[in-house]
Amino acid sequence: MAGHSTFEPQNPVIRWIDSRLPIFGLVHSSFIVFPNPRNLNYWWTFGGILAFMLVAQIVTGVVLVMHYTPHTSLAFNSVEHIMRDVNYGWMIRYLHANGASMFFIAVYVHIFRGLYYGSYKAPREVLWILGMIIYLLMMATGFMGYVLPWGQMSFWGATVITSLFSAIPLVGEPVTTWLWGGFAVDNPTLNRFFSLHYLLPFMIAGVVVLHVWALHVPGSNNPTGVSVKAKQDTLPFHPYFTVKDALGLVLFLMFYMWFVFYLPNYLGHPDNYTPADPLVTPAHIVPEWYYLPFYAILRSIPSKLGGVIAMFGAIGVLFLVPWLDTSKVRSAAYRPLYRQFFWILVLVSIGLGYLGSRPAEGGYVIASRILTLYYFAHFLVILPLLGLFERPKPQPASITEAVLGKGGAPVTAGAPAAPQTKG
Amino acid sequence: MATSDLAEPTRRDFLYIATGAVGAVGVAAAVWPFINQMNPDASALALSTVEVDIGSIAPGASIKVMWRGKPVFIRNRTPEEIQSAAGVPVAELPDPDARNANHPGADASDANRAAAGKENWLIMVGVCTHLGCIPLGEQGEFGGWFCPCHGSVYDTAGRIRRGPAPENMHVPVYSFLTDTRIRIG
Repeated sequence: MAGHSTFEPQNPVIRWIDSRLPIFGLVHSSFIVFPNPRNLNYWWTFGGILAFMLVAQIVTGVVLVMHYTPHTSLAFNSVEHIMRDVNYGWMIRYLHANGASMFFIAVYVHIFRGLYYGSYKAPREVLWILGMIIYLLMMATGFMGYVLPWGQMSFWGATVITSLFSAIPLVGEPVTTWLWGGFAVDNPTLNRFFSLHYLLPFMIAGVVVLHVWALHVPGSNNPTGVSVKAKQDTLPFHPYFTVKDALGLVLFLMFYMWFVFYLPNYLGHPDNYTPADPLVTPAHIVPEWYYLPFYAILRSIPSKLGGVIAMFGAIGVLFLVPWLDTSKVRSAAYRPLYRQFFWILVLVSIGLGYLGSRPAEGGYVIASRILTLYYFAHFLVILPLLGLFERPKPQPASITEAVLGKGGAPVTAGAPAAPQTKG
Repeated sequence: MATSDLAEPTRRDFLYIATGAVGAVGVAAAVWPFINQMNPDASALALSTVEVDIGSIAPGASIKVMWRGKPVFIRNRTPEEIQSAAGVPVAELPDPDARNANHPGADASDANRAAAGKENWLIMVGVCTHLGCIPLGEQGEFGGWFCPCHGSVYDTAGRIRRGPAPENMHVPVYSFLTDTRIRIG
């Protein structure tokens, strides 16, 4: 965690506090002088974007709780009350609902960034696993949040997802009853989901702290995958990466606000504006878009338990990626075959998402089975074999060489202006 | 830029300040909805008037009605109560202001506290002006109201006479729709 310089505050008050609680020094070494590889591209700004989205979801969520009522007979109307009566309630709710989607867009970019550049490889395995834990917590949080408005999709989504646990042999039935607090999704279910939906984001925040901590031990990976070898391979976090992250965040916010103000319900489902009715299931039940690939995998297996195992296995296999990938080369930029398989995986994931949104019949089921098979083959067969058979391209000797070319390493130490031209 | 000795600011200084200013305006605009959402919402504002039938309140009786989540005392005062309140010189009162939203700035004479032309009717928000408790009726040494929380004593016109409360109990805006029907708010 050593920075470019040691922290010596000029302000006597800060010096007094810092000698007793070195919090200013911690911020200084972690976010001011922390050495980042000089060649990070804009795909690396999504870490900061995700941190922003977590805070935005917590802030808008805490505000929504001030006006929401977690009771089956009042929840739906309290959401309409937020939309119609509360000052700016419509905006804050749309920020929160679309914010969930933006959070997942950013996390998917972040995960695929890690897969492309081999950010999960040694010594970053724990960093990767912590990220996967955050992703799992996000999915649980998003699911329970979607239940709270108590519309038709809320109710039947909750019924379908909690019923997944009934596939567990022997104890499935009692476990599901325990989750529901009754014999169907009802008020006890809504109340506990509300409680957990409030709790989990703070657990995510805790794991994010561990994630950043684990990141700051080896430092960031970079587009070449070559480790930092000397001081000229890095630049201080501030101002170079604070400004770069800020620009990425502003562009991302424009995208986010475009949805909030122009397409606020585009990513939702109209059936959720019908109050929950435990006696009528809507014709077509789909989860939120960010779960669709896993939903397609669930439906592609013609067995209740098998489908549930495949769905959770699709997430579980991501935890094992650091050991399934046998290649020593991190970045796909120097792995000609892996790069192609990476993009096929992206297309397969998007394809599974599309199939998850279609009805489970005919050709859609067949296509889902083929893509599901490929998804698992990518991780369990292709990744281990590629490391053995792929001939990687020559890697640059250092980050500086990759940026400036051979022999282009700056002679003078004070040449931090060079990366600005690299963007 | 801080090391520059030039009197003229540079183009970079201008961009730096302009960017910061736009960012500050944007943050302020984004923060305002999150503050304003805690103000009374449309459903709370929609409750700002209530109509009450007072025809069945006998002299010497009173009722409490809810208005904006607070109790409003409506008392049909007896002639003795009016007489005892009217006999007090305004100069002797701890709070010489009528605190009557229908007569802003008027002095705290009994006539300014009671309904205009209908002196038997005293209509006021039944909240102690000390720390918000609800005083008990027909109690205390002035025969008016007594607040059990911290011992404020009000007279038969709802004026503070003794104790920690700083003001007379507030009279809300109201009007008589008919002789037996009023609208508060």
